[in-house]
This record gives sequence, C-alpha cells and structure tokens, in this order.
Amino acid sequence: MEPLRIHTGIVCPLNRSNVDTDQIIPKQFLKRIERSGFGQFLFYHWRFDDEGNLRKDFSMNHPKYQGASILVAGENFGCGSSREHAPWAIQDFGFKVVIAQSYADIFKNNCVKNGILTIVASEEQVQSIMRKAENEEYSLTVNLEDQMVTDNQGLKFTFDIAPYPKEMLLNGWDEIGVTLNYEDKISQYELARK
Amino acid sequence: MQKPKNIIQKVWQQHVVHQEAGKPDLLYIDLHLVHEVTSPQAFEGLRMNGRKVRRPDLTYATMDHNVSTRDRNVIKDPVSKKQIDTLKENCQEFGVELSDRQHPDNGIVHVIGPELGLTQPGKTIVCGDSHTSTHGAFGALAFGIGTSEVEHVLATQTLWQAPPKTMNVKVNGRLGTGVTAKDLILAIIGKFGVQFGTGYVMEYTGEAIRSLSMEERMTVCNMSIEAGARAGLISPDETTFEYLKGRRHVPKGEAYEEAVAKWQALASDEGAQYDAVVEIEASEVEPQVTWGTNPGMCIPITASVPNPENEEKANKKDEISRALQYMGLEAGQAISSVEIDHVFIGSCTNSRLSDLRKAADVVRGHKVNPKVKAIVVPGSFSVKLAAEKEGIDQIFKEAGFEWREAGCSMCLAMNDDIVPPGGRCASTSNRNFEGRQGNGSRTHLVSPEMAAAAAVAGHFVDVRKFTAQEVL
Ligand code: SF4
Repeated sequence: MEPLRIHTGIVCPLNRSNVDTDQIIPKQFLKRIERSGFGQFLFYHWRFDDEGNLRKDFSMNHPKYQGASILVAGENFGCGSSREHAPWAIQDFGFKVVIAQSYADIFKNNCVKNGILTIVASEEQVQSIMRKAENEEYSLTVNLEDQMVTDNQGLKFTFDIAPYPKEMLLNGWDEIGVTLNYEDKISQYELARK
Repeated sequence: MQKPKNIIQKVWQQHVVHQEAGKPDLLYIDLHLVHEVTSPQAFEGLRMNGRKVRRPDLTYATMDHNVSTRDRNVIKDPVSKKQIDTLKENCQEFGVELSDRQHPDNGIVHVIGPELGLTQPGKTIVCGDSHTSTHGAFGALAFGIGTSEVEHVLATQTLWQAPPKTMNVKVNGRLGTGVTAKDLILAIIGKFGVQFGTGYVMEYTGEAIRSLSMEERMTVCNMSIEAGARAGLISPDETTFEYLKGRRHVPKGEAYEEAVAKWQALASDEGAQYDAVVEIEASEVEPQVTWGTNPGMCIPITASVPNPENEEKANKKDEISRALQYMGLEAGQAISSVEIDHVFIGSCTNSRLSDLRKAADVVRGHKVNPKVKAIVVPGSFSVKLAAEKEGIDQIFKEAGFEWREAGCSMCLAMNDDIVPPGGRCASTSNRNFEGRQGNGSRTHLVSPEMAAAAAVAGHFVDVRKFTAQEVL
C-alpha cells in the first residue's frame, strides 16, 4: 500500500447524504474476482444512462472535475453493504481522500485498509468546500501528519483521526504483516481458552 | 461487588487477545462465515503472500448470492459461474468446509449459521457481509467486515477493533396483533434514522423483545446495520437455549448443560450501563411500509408519503424530492393507494419457516392479483424442505406464487431474479436503495404478512384488516 502523507488535489463535490455502497458500485460489478479495474464502474447508474452514455446532469461528469482526487459528500457516506469493491472503485477512479460529515463504520474501515483517508468535517466546512468546488476548479491540500486541510484562499481546519489508522496510512503498512508479529499472543489466547 | 456489565462488554472482554495504548484491541474471532462475493480477493491475497488459513475449523463457507433459484445446477452468467467455481477451488485449496449449491445444508449464510447451530451465544462472529448482525439474536457479537478484513481473519483469526460504544434499544410493552418483528425494526429505524447506530453496538431489550421467537429476533438484529450499527444483539434466555438444543454444532448432553450455564452468565447484568439509551413503545408500532430509497424512509400503512414542502432544511427537501421522483410517488399520496407489480418473500431478513408460515396464512384461499408477479424464496434448503412437508408450498402455488429454490435472489438481484426498470416490488428484504432489486426498480420494504396481503390486493393494504376480510 502506498503511504499517504501530504496530498494536494482537485475537489469533486457530491452533494448528497446517505450515499450507499450499492450506488458507489452496483451489484452487477461485484462478480469479478480481481481487486482492480473497478473505477470505470464508480457511481455507474448516476454517471451513465441506460444506453451507457455519460449523464450531463450529474455533477461529477463535468470536465472540471477530471483528474479530481478528493471527493466531498454529506452525511453517512458509504452506508449499506460491506462490499470493499466500493473503496476499490473510489481509489481506482483516482480518489485518495474523502471528506464528508460522517461515514458508515464498515466503509470507513475498508478505506483505511486501502490507503484512502476519510476526513470528518462539519456541515459548514463541507458545504463551503462544496460551493467552491461547484463554482470553480478548486484544490485542497491535506496534511495527514499535522491533521490539517488547507486551500490557497485561506481555508484552514484540523481534523481528528485515531492514532492507529493514522499510523497505518502514513506508513502504508500491510496490516496482516503487523498482526503476525503477535502470533505468540494469539497462540497463547487459543491455548488458554481450550 | 463487581460493577454490572452489559453483554457487549462481557463478550468483548472475553475475546481480547492483546491490548496496548494507542491501538485498537486485538480481538479473537470464534466463527468466520464466508460467501462467494466478498472472498475471492481475500484468498488471492493469501496466495500471493504464501499465507494459510489459520483456523479452517472455525471457518465455514457457503454460496448464496449468485445461486439461481430456478435450477440450482445451472448458472447462466459465466461471470457468476466463475465466482462460484472460485469459491469451491479456494475452499479445497485452503481446507475450508463448504456447503456448495447442491449440498443439503446450503442456503443464505445468515440463515444456515443458526440452523446448523454454528451461531451460539457469546461467540464473536464475522462475515464479509453487513447483515452478519443477524447472528446477534443469539447473544453473539456478530458484525460485517470488508474483504481486507476477511483476509486478515483468514490469516490470523483476529481483527484490530476499537471497543464499540454501547446502546440500549429498549422496546417497552407488547406488539399489537398483526404487527411483526419487521415492523418493529422498521419503526425503530424510521423513528431514530439510518445512522443513529453508527459507532455503536446495540442491545435490544425490553418486554417486547423477550416475547419474540428466535426467528423474529433474527429479523430485528438483521437490520441493525440499516440503523448504522455494525452489530445488534439480544441477551440469551430460555427461548435461545430451546432453539439451540439438539442442533448439529451445539454441545450435547452434559456439555450442553455446561454451555447453557455459561450462556446464562452472559446476559446483561441488572443495572448495567450503556453509552446511550433509546426507547420505543411497542404498542404504538403499526405495520410499516417504506416509501423512499433508504430503510429510514418508512411510514405506517395508515399514513401518507411525506411532502418535501413540509421540510425546513434545503438538503432534507432535496433528499425527499429525489426519493419521491425515483420511486414515482406523489407527495402526500396515501401509501395504501400505491399499486405494485412484484412481490418478493425471502432474504436473510424474512425467509425462515415462521415467516413463510405467516405469509401462507394470509394467502390461504386467495389468488395473487393478475398483474402481480410473486415469488417465494426460502432462506435455505432445509427451510424449503420443512415448508414443503407442511404443505406451505402448495398454499403459495395454488394462490399463484412461484415457489423457488433457496438463495439471496431478488434481495439484491445478482442472479436472474430481477425487478425490471420502473417495476414496483413489495419486498420482505432489508434494503430499498436505488436499483437494489434491478436497475431502475422500486422497492417497498414490508413484513411477510404485508407482502402476502399486497400480492393478493395488488396494492398495499393493512394486514390487520385484510385478515378480517374487510378489504376485498
Ligand atoms: S439475502 Fe440479501 S441482505 Fe441477506 S445476505 Fe443475501 S444479499 Fe445480503
């Protein structure tokens, strides 16, 4: 996994709440047995019409969001199904950071495992970022070490993140590798429970 | 004296392998259930790193999402077929027990775990599936995980987990006649919203919960995730022990008595504290129907769909308008006037024997409305057999329902059971998200009884009146 320390990128707004993982990646794409290649199906039924043409009225399809790497959304982002195909699709599409008012637990966990940073921001912060990104090509810089989000217009706010996911993201660690260092403890636990 | 504890705290403490400052707890997992959709990349990860499954004996696999409910032996879609075959190969390679689609134990993962007695009080249970919360009905701490976590559990039998906050969801009084466990959980989500449980594990308590059967408790716990909670559970009691007795993986004889003693001690202590408490009066719950595109958008059958104009906040207004538009409904329309063209009785929420019995009781002697296509999909092979033994299949078939093989089926339409674009379905499943039952499909979540009544009437009806023959 790639470490994530400081990231600057274009912001793409998705002004909706309760975006469920069925929308992020619809079921017909869950049949693949690979981890890669899901980006093309991200928000499939919102981005494309029934003939497979880009929907002009869906904000994300606007050319100014091409190459965006920071996704901004409302409350309870990633609710519903536990499918990790959702973060795989988000990442494969090019997003490295998500900023939202809140997240569903499983989705948030799945993101960390894939090196995606999920930032919780207040409704005012989200709405202000959303407005700027809707009006112009807008970039943010996210500094994970300092837990800080800034833009070049004077915006500056800090965010919370627990020490463990922060460490995992900063180092891009393989969690199983880390856990296998605790093999003795696991075996002891198993013995004690017998 | 020790401080009173709730069941969540007790089960957690019993499973902590390691604790250190600045880290979540390393939690031991007692049972890992695996299905075909969320596991291939996990097994692939093990292979790439030369890792093994640490405890194949605590791992159990089934195939349910892609299985055809018309003919178990045929899967037309080659990509689905590949996923099914991959699970089989992986289970062989890594030594994991599998009930494949011809196996008599096969069925939806959350239906067969309890049936086989794999699900037991006090266990930590995970599965790459958000409805793993179902198993909480037994007093197990059961939650859904992503594929990376599936790989982690396969390799280490543990997970790094921060201790959850605990919530007491207290259901006072008793449910009225014709009001089901499904109505109760929908009403809870409707009242408190789709994210009130986020960050919590919920324990359902109170008189109404105590008087539910195991299958009803599973329905309630199943939908904990729709309230945002990763897990929801119920302290075990005599109802739990009675259900488990004699099941294949449950200890027998003296060992059973010992197990019961241990299980009894798990129940939340008198005076146990929780981080949050919510309460609801069971007697006030009416049969529910969802009108929108998440399970919190639900109303009693006697009510009308909301009007966005009555909302103050702009984003709430938008959300309601968008949902109404997707669902093809008018603001203020009586929900009982909404006509349907599909009925699905099935899914890990409502496909157990008692669900089918109750739906059959409503259907008996009636015919499915000619414009409605109605299917019944039992949750497992053994539910299907048991229902056929009682003649339940005959009641459904005579009424014009299709009687199918077991599987997830139209709950997420990953196989060939699909609601067409614009189609409207009364469904006993758990999610009414956009396109859940097929691209452009419209889902209304209801209880099995309400689904059965809607199938006959062709629109939603109050099953309390329907049973009294006042509707037709
Ligand atoms: S029945 Fe539906 S919710 Fe349950 S496991 Fe299958 S797809 Fe998931």
